[in-house]
Amino acid sequence: MALVYLGACSHAPGITARAERADTQTRQALEKALRKMGDDIRATRPDALIVVAAEHFANFFMNNMPAFAIGMADSYEGPIEDEAFLKIPHTKVPGNKALSRKLIEGVMQSVDVAYAEEWKFDHGISVPLHFLTPDYDLPIIPANINCQGPPLTPLKRAWAFGEALRTAADSAPERIAMVATGGISHWPATPDSGKINEKWDREFLDRWARNDRDALLSYSDAETYRDAGQGGFEIRTFVAAAGAGKGAKGVIEFCEPVPIFAVSCTVARMQVA
Amino acid sequence: MSLYQVQKLIYQLNRDPRTRERYAAARDAVLGEYELTAEEKSALTKPDIGLLYVLGVNGQLLMHFAALHKIEWPDYLERMRQGLKQHGQVREGVYASTGYEGVEAHDARLKAARENR
Repeated sequence: MALVYLGACSHAPGITARAERADTQTRQALEKALRKMGDDIRATRPDALIVVAAEHFANFFMNNMPAFAIGMADSYEGPIEDEAFLKIPHTKVPGNKALSRKLIEGVMQSVDVAYAEEWKFDHGISVPLHFLTPDYDLPIIPANINCQGPPLTPLKRAWAFGEALRTAADSAPERIAMVATGGISHWPATPDSGKINEKWDREFLDRWARNDRDALLSYSDAETYRDAGQGGFEIRTFVAAAGAGKGAKGVIEFCEPVPIFAVSCTVARMQVA
Repeated sequence: MSLYQVQKLIYQLNRDPRTRERYAAARDAVLGEYELTAEEKSALTKPDIGLLYVLGVNGQLLMHFAALHKIEWPDYLERMRQGLKQHGQVREGVYASTGYEGVEAHDARLKAARENR
């Protein structure tokens, strides 16, 4: 059918792991925005949800790091994080191997992508799903962009990956939703965890909402590292979503800096249908 | 330096329950499967989270290694800060420290801004 939903959201582990330590009103507003995103996704009656993630060594390591990967299994498991830490129970999440294969074959026409018949979700996918599909009743197709182990996937290739996913989704008879997950500026898992460059985040999201390709692709990794930290490399997932938007404009539904969650927590959507 | 080997061991511990079981039962045997310096081996076994951080272990690996040793989040952050004091700046990788006012001061600033809106 087509891509029926396109959005982007944060995946910071603090959102569940340290929920009670955040400002209550802000946390409740964030959780409400994430649940609304889940409702909006369901309202488009999708057959599957592609999650474009920036994983953190749950599956891919520096021994064999793909620039891009897409899962191709009928089920996945996760999160890998300790339950007591992340406060999300380990579970089996449904996939759709046949649909994955079709999408991978489509993406491969323009972007070299690795496929993975095994995939363990980490917080990068499990935190969003905890709010978006809490009953784990929608097949998930995980996709990944290397935002973690340099040399990193170039931004222009992340854009091309998003375009390729869109073309593949539009060519499939199924109804497909897509959510990109990542942080904007952040310095996670360092002594500076909590540092947020809010101004930079709002500027980035403005470029994203305008779907301004040139402006989105103009960040060098050195600039991103200086202004947005090593966590800022995850903008690749937002860039892929913008590429998948085919010129559509975005709406920022929620964006607030939450230091104890270590990011400007964001929920955003692009009008694709 | 064999940072890659240190990180690979932590990666396996984080994602593979069987490696965790073996590490708990026969730690030295597991350590022997990786090419580690004496400093790295000692940092892993203590565990010296601060030194592992300074050696350049990626935070996305290290935070789970800390959780595996039942080190709570605030303690994990504090151990990295102590590591910087004891051993100097991060020697490799992109998880260096660039200075931060701290979550409490930051929260207070944001709260004041919200109230002024």
